[in-house]
Amino acid sequence: MTDAASAHSSQHPPYLAHHFTDIEQQNESGTLGMWLFLLTEIMFFGGLFASYAIYRLRYFEAFREGSHLLNVKFGAINTAVLIGSSLTMALAVRAAQLSRRKAIIAFIILTMVLGIAFIGIKLNYEWSADYHEGLIPWMGFHVESPNAAGVRLFFCFYFFMTGLHALHMVVGLGIMCVLLHMAAKGRFDGGYFAPVEITGLYWHFVDIVWIFLFPLLYLIGGRY
Amino acid sequence: MSAALAEAPPETRVHYLNADYGIKSWLLTTDHKRIALLYLGSVTLMFFVGGAMAVMMRIHLIDPAGALVHPDTFNKLFTMHGVIMIFFFLIPAIPAVLGNFLVPLMVGAKDLAFPRINLLSWYLYIAGASLAVYAMVSGGVDTGWTFYTPYSTSYAHSQVMATALGAFILGFSSILTGLNFIVTIHKMRAPGLTWFRMPLFLWAIYATSIIQILGTPVVATAILLVGLERLFHVGIFDPAVGGDPILFQHLFWFYSHPAVYIMILPPMGVISEIVTCFSRKKVFGYHFVAFSSMAIAVISFLVWGHHMFVTGMSVYAALIFSVLSFLVAIPSAIKVFNWTATLYQGSISYQAPMLYALGFIGLFTMGGLTGLFLASLATDVHLNGTYFIVAHFHYIMVGGAVMAYMGGIHFWWPKITGRMFPDTWARLAAAIVFIGFNLTFFPQFMLGYLGMPRRYATYPAEFQVLNVMSSAGASILGIGYLIPLVYLFWSIRYGPIAPPNPWRATGLEWQTSSPPPTQNFEIPPVVKEEAYAYGPPGSELEDAHD
Repeated sequence: MTDAASAHSSQHPPYLAHHFTDIEQQNESGTLGMWLFLLTEIMFFGGLFASYAIYRLRYFEAFREGSHLLNVKFGAINTAVLIGSSLTMALAVRAAQLSRRKAIIAFIILTMVLGIAFIGIKLNYEWSADYHEGLIPWMGFHVESPNAAGVRLFFCFYFFMTGLHALHMVVGLGIMCVLLHMAAKGRFDGGYFAPVEITGLYWHFVDIVWIFLFPLLYLIGGRY
Repeated sequence: MSAALAEAPPETRVHYLNADYGIKSWLLTTDHKRIALLYLGSVTLMFFVGGAMAVMMRIHLIDPAGALVHPDTFNKLFTMHGVIMIFFFLIPAIPAVLGNFLVPLMVGAKDLAFPRINLLSWYLYIAGASLAVYAMVSGGVDTGWTFYTPYSTSYAHSQVMATALGAFILGFSSILTGLNFIVTIHKMRAPGLTWFRMPLFLWAIYATSIIQILGTPVVATAILLVGLERLFHVGIFDPAVGGDPILFQHLFWFYSHPAVYIMILPPMGVISEIVTCFSRKKVFGYHFVAFSSMAIAVISFLVWGHHMFVTGMSVYAALIFSVLSFLVAIPSAIKVFNWTATLYQGSISYQAPMLYALGFIGLFTMGGLTGLFLASLATDVHLNGTYFIVAHFHYIMVGGAVMAYMGGIHFWWPKITGRMFPDTWARLAAAIVFIGFNLTFFPQFMLGYLGMPRRYATYPAEFQVLNVMSSAGASILGIGYLIPLVYLFWSIRYGPIAPPNPWRATGLEWQTSSPPPTQNFEIPPVVKEEAYAYGPPGSELEDAHD
């Protein structure tokens, strides 16, 4: 078996897995796999978005109140940071297509810096402030309002959804560490860049989730 | 014994089973065929664990006052029976065992698109199953497999978290398996294997995979919220602080009704393969059977509300869900009629796989038709929460899915192991399963119609005769499942050597040797004919299989 396998693999470029007939099939399979995975992610977040929508309609005023307690300024800055990271991610894919190794590494690092900046702003300026203001539903929640119960539900969704989103970013950052390692070893060139491209798809998806979260959580107050 | 050993010719050919030895060659394998066998071992173990719980319940219910266990233990038994049988046996059984083994062979590929992810799926399954078993031995869980809120979130003091986490992790396994199949079917079909030349098993697996990747994430959301609720008590499902327990039911059934089709679509694919082969006829209405799988997958997402007719839903929503539920009967009936039409004027032979397939057609039809009683609003009010429901879904799940799984295991056993099973024993076991099954579950239709509620540890004395009949049937059914366990194990060592195509069947998996080599085919196959090119005995088409 080992003889057959080595004879077999010698006919292929090293990045082509043994069970694919050509690199095109391998790339298409990887991309389709990631799109399908993103479909499951849409359904996963979709369950939360649907639940959000139901409570938003039931506690309309309370959700508006809750939204006003969020810091729109930092939310907006973070939106810009995240869109910027999508741009650098797209540039990393382009650099990989053009076989520019240093540029790949630079753009992936830049993407990671922006991603970390997003999480940093969220933790340092938003979630910690929420904690001090008593907005975390399970840690000394305290809001003076006749709608306090509804506001509490709003913050449940706020923390579950932004928390889950942040968790996806952390996973993305972990994958980028692997990419960085692969890029440093010179594994990517114009003939093989599927991992960069597929990670890009994932990262853009995480970005798009935020594009939906930002207005639904920060802007529904209607005062801006 | 030594005579049998001496008769067996020395193994000279290298195939996937003897290409490598040792525990590492199994636990780190990325060969889809070996992973299928890992799954076969795991789901069989879980099947008998879940089955043991069913046996305990049936013994308990021999006496109206309860004969065996404390009522609390009874709650845990039916919960764990449901969790194990649904999440850890029925959902993975046919896709992860037969699908894993057959999808690359049937498309003519060397492996699934993502072999390492395939192995990861198995480890996720094992992690989920370990948590469920941990929950079982550390006190059990008593919420029912449905984890209904607010009981599961606020009141249950059993191992809800461990069980829910197990189901959550298992979901990833299910998603990754489905994703792997879809990509493989899209991208890795052999030259000449167009969509409408694919075996119907592949269509069924494809439809199943779509449900797996679209439905499973939503139940993950539901389970996640239950978990967060138990951790933080924030009240998302607690009406006392503005939450809505019904929301959980919507999220749960949005997956768990389609999950029924995850369990029954692959069996339908297996039946299409078996019925055509043992009728020696091309399947009647190939396109209709293929598209009916897709139709079931689509409609399955629109009917979840029929689980909630009596739990608080607007009458108009209920009306629509009722109508949509009736629609599922159409593609299901298309399949049954087309299998029957395939049998018509076929040269039928009654080998063991065919007995299971014929059993499936009858029992699935009964299970499906009684489903219509439950999709009707008025009758559902009477039958909801009774043994009628228990009988209905066991006709689908055991009479349907398990029968087809057994049929499929027998049909492809020669390909998987390279050995034939003893046919007489296999036919006997199939007959025992059929008789035992009907004796177990038909009385439950009557019990439910008479008003006996499900999930109760005791019952009024007038129901005893039917309950004793059901328990007697369960013991016969149990024997029917144990016999194959014995002779299939026996056949691995002592069964006659199987030829590459013992049933003279069509399909790429039969064109390679039994068991197949690690890379599946010595020469990459090219498909030149339609699926199921069977013909009458003596015809040119038929002789081509010899």
